[in-house]
Amino acid sequence: MNGLTGAYVPRASPLHRLPAGAKLAGLAVACTVLVLLTSLLALGVATLVVVALYALSRVGAAAAWAQVRPVRWFAVALFAFQLLFAGPETAAATVLRVVLAVALAGLVTLTTRMSAMLAALERCLSPVRFVGLDPFRLSLLLSLTVRSVPVIAALAVRVREAQRARGVERSLRAFAVPLVVGSLRHADALGEALSARGLDD
Amino acid sequence: MAAAIDFAEVRVRFGEREVLRGVTAALTERRVGVVGANGSGKSTLARLVNGLAVPTSGSVTVLGLDTRRHAAKIRRGVGFLFTDPDAQIVMPTVAEDVAFSLRRKGLAAAETDRRVHEVLERYGLAGHADHPAHHLSGGQKQLLALCSIMVLEPEILVMDEPTTLLDLRHSRQVAALLRDLPQQVLVVTHDLPLLEDFDRVLVLDEGRVVADGTPREAIGHYRKLMA
Repeated sequence: MNGLTGAYVPRASPLHRLPAGAKLAGLAVACTVLVLLTSLLALGVATLVVVALYALSRVGAAAAWAQVRPVRWFAVALFAFQLLFAGPETAAATVLRVVLAVALAGLVTLTTRMSAMLAALERCLSPVRFVGLDPFRLSLLLSLTVRSVPVIAALAVRVREAQRARGVERSLRAFAVPLVVGSLRHADALGEALSARGLDD
Repeated sequence: MAAAIDFAEVRVRFGEREVLRGVTAALTERRVGVVGANGSGKSTLARLVNGLAVPTSGSVTVLGLDTRRHAAKIRRGVGFLFTDPDAQIVMPTVAEDVAFSLRRKGLAAAETDRRVHEVLERYGLAGHADHPAHHLSGGQKQLLALCSIMVLEPEILVMDEPTTLLDLRHSRQVAALLRDLPQQVLVVTHDLPLLEDFDRVLVLDEGRVVADGTPREAIGHYRKLMA
């Protein structure tokens, strides 16, 4: 979840200094290249490049691991599935591609402030003005989505604790109803707070 | 006194329920408190000040403007601090959230950074500038919400139960900050010690102002009402 919640790690590295737009474009190119690489040797070189980029960013091993950790079980399952149906080489290549893509996306998150990312996105979205949409509102929408992840997660933890306290741990309804009601309440309060900050004019 | 909030025979109705029943008060004092039981209409009264709620009848004038017609303009001059700071934090890190308030001002990046740093320094959050906002304690989140408002230098600050979720230390910190704010402040609260040195306190009961005076008089009346 860290990557999603904007785990920007402030450092004075060349990667931090790169403009957000360049990093996002670089990420798109790198992911395309990863899909095109077929040999394990080439993917091995790509792994070294990714490790070198992490070292260059100076974000630390713990932050790097936090980016790929959420996909570890998915990677294991994918490897097992591919091993069964496509052989060891294809299995290793497929898993490496996925893990490297996730690691690169994480590296962009770790080295880019959310505000810089949103400003880049707003610039990319500026043509939508011609169809009557507001790029600021679209980038705000993305920002609120990212911001809501830890808020809803914390709400889910509170609902879970309340369930335990009342001894209804196994009831899906007892979990879903307060979570949905709480989320809607949060959305309402957030809307009011945005209006109060003058963002509705 | 430049800033003033004027309620003229204000009534607010939500469906069948009349939340405010003819409130009239001209608030020119620098620090005004509002107390009352749950459901007495205090939060609605606060929301009227920046147009988040509009009167069903009567009028609310803030900074010389009618809230019904000039809500957007009034909001630029009135900061509003909610009870739950989580609902006010929009960006992932502390400095970014404060900077977000300035986004539509069209300031240069260096000027935005300067203002953000200055306000974080003033409220003791400078050391947390790059920290994820959701990792802050409840008190620090409330301070962040305050920073995000104060960076816009509002003329009036409205606070809806700002200390309800805070521990004693953070409540005292908010009380100390209130003493030093140059703005006109309207605070709705159940925290009676917070209002002890205020200039004026209103007591609401079932949508009506039932006491209006010094903190000593008004809080005394409120205590009798709640006995």
